[in-house]
Amino acid sequence: MRCAGIDIGSRAIKLVVVENGTIGEHRQVDTGYNPMAAARKLLQGLAYDRILATGYGRGQFEVDFDAPTVTEIKAHAAGARFFFPEVATVMDIGGQDSKAIAMNAAGKVVKFEMNDRCAAGTGKFLEIMAKSLGFSLEQFASQALQAEKDIQVNSMCTVFAESEVTSLVARGEDRRNIALGLHKSVVRRAAGMLRRVSIEGPVVFSGGVAKNRCMQRLMEETLQQPILTAEDPQMTGALGAAMLAGCSA
Amino acid sequence: MSEDYRSMWQNLGLDLVAHDALLGVLGKFYQDIYLAQKNRPAGMQYFDFVMSEVHGLRIRELLDEKKTGRKVIGTYCVFVPEEIALAGNATMVGLCAGADFAMEEVEKILPRNTCALIKSTFGFKLGKVCPYLEASDMIVGENTCDGKKKAYESLGSLVSNLYVMDIPQMKSAQGRALLKSEYRRFKEAIEKLTGVTIDGARLKQAIEIVNNKRKAIHRLSKLRQADPAPISGLDALLANQVFFYDNPQRFTDSVNKICDELEKRVEQKQGVFPAGTPRILMSGCPMAVPNWKLPWIVETSGAVIVGEESCVGERGTRNLVNASGNTLDELMEAIIDRYFQVDCAIFTPNPDRLKHVEEMVKAYKADGVIHYGLQFCQPYLMEAIPVAKALEDRNIPTLRIETDYGMEDVGQLKTRVEAFIEMLK
Repeated sequence: MRCAGIDIGSRAIKLVVVENGTIGEHRQVDTGYNPMAAARKLLQGLAYDRILATGYGRGQFEVDFDAPTVTEIKAHAAGARFFFPEVATVMDIGGQDSKAIAMNAAGKVVKFEMNDRCAAGTGKFLEIMAKSLGFSLEQFASQALQAEKDIQVNSMCTVFAESEVTSLVARGEDRRNIALGLHKSVVRRAAGMLRRVSIEGPVVFSGGVAKNRCMQRLMEETLQQPILTAEDPQMTGALGAAMLAGCSA
Repeated sequence: MSEDYRSMWQNLGLDLVAHDALLGVLGKFYQDIYLAQKNRPAGMQYFDFVMSEVHGLRIRELLDEKKTGRKVIGTYCVFVPEEIALAGNATMVGLCAGADFAMEEVEKILPRNTCALIKSTFGFKLGKVCPYLEASDMIVGENTCDGKKKAYESLGSLVSNLYVMDIPQMKSAQGRALLKSEYRRFKEAIEKLTGVTIDGARLKQAIEIVNNKRKAIHRLSKLRQADPAPISGLDALLANQVFFYDNPQRFTDSVNKICDELEKRVEQKQGVFPAGTPRILMSGCPMAVPNWKLPWIVETSGAVIVGEESCVGERGTRNLVNASGNTLDELMEAIIDRYFQVDCAIFTPNPDRLKHVEEMVKAYKADGVIHYGLQFCQPYLMEAIPVAKALEDRNIPTLRIETDYGMEDVGQLKTRVEAFIEMLK
């Protein structure tokens, strides 16, 4: 049986097909302004027996495609376990959410923390900050890694942080140092969430933000724990959904 | 709504345009949240009717009562003893505080970082959309949390009939003495307002009326211990909310009628959701009409709410007044004894509340607790942390939610609540 998992996130829709316990095809598309149309396009020509949806658009997908759903929390936990069967702690930072997840030995979620309603500490925050510094997302991370020191940015609110960055730039501060400070502020927030759910051993870092090498390194430094990241960390939720779709049993 | 009501609302000084808008939203909300539920007990039709007439027929009844000389006492808290009001030939009603209204006007008077419940109180006054408030002969404010205490100073300049009751903050002999003197002062204020002298006989009769109301709710709560749950948490919450508005005897009869129906359901193992549905105990801040956001999210996410550890719920209705005495003094003491046990988070320390949450988890066979705190509600948000920790130490899964009356966080909340329910399965 071929089981598909679809993760309808705020920035991208991810799709993974699992067959006989191995990852088959995987696809990704920008969510855009019409998530269901984008999802339909993503599914075009794809053969599968079952599909399970997750992500913030799962509710609408359930209605439009008559498919069952799970939360991103359960999906990321299951996806992380697929890559790293022993792990108990997951940090997922996506476009508009961040979540710290703790599992028991059997892989069942026992505790989680999620960011509050605003974009603080999420991919969206990093994206807007990169833009206000005139960096692409890739440059944002690589330039931050070259910083000589970090300049602390106090605001976690995206709007306030943006004006803080503007005044730092106007003061003539090195963009790289500001970039590092911004990364650190997101890591501090993530670390706080992880400590609240309690950290057991290595931490799996998933979601689109896990692709950011500066974030990875700072997480490792801050938590003093190995940080494990899959090759395509943004696919973790979709993979987890595919795993939970009921083919493995 | 008939034209009849329009002139009634106009005479009460309501802003008819704003009030129409409010009723429109309320009606839509009720349709989407309440009437969309499946397998509701037939007896809930009574509450559907009450809600459809909540600003209509019930207000007309109150105004008719006023014509015969009765007075209407509006309140915001379960510490205001209904028994004393009833004994003094007055009707007590809870005042509107469950929806955002006229927020721009409110924020001219209150800091923005004030809890939604307090802001709502002001919004309904400033927006001129609460007929209960406008029909009240006396509005009772009570010094519970700092927010309410200070807000009443400002409310006092908006209404002419505010009466402020002090409330103790510690369960000490001095605390009880304060409550006693405040209840006595309240009794005198009611007597002065109505011209009725409250004696033992009148008070005893009033105690029986309110006790019967509580007994009906206790009966309803006990039936919710069954699996499958015979009634949704939303419907049970509605009964607890209407507790504050309705004619007491009629409310008691209606709840008992629903209980008769639920008994049969339990016997036949019929429920609103299948047996084995994850069972949630809600704990925390009160939910006034139409604040149904979180229960609605919970019950559309695959769980059923089996109890409310809340002032609009078991914290408000727990314990009867001992009606065995006959003299005024004996009965007043019994009233003070009963109310002094309310384990509101304004008390310090407040160990009874945690004890009650644990008892309720056991009695209602809850699989988990959702702690509901209104943003900026210091007493409950502060207690939430040790309460959640204590529950988790006893292996009772707990989710802490902090929110307000706005709908913009529904998606976020749904993800959290669903993930919590996934954990319980």
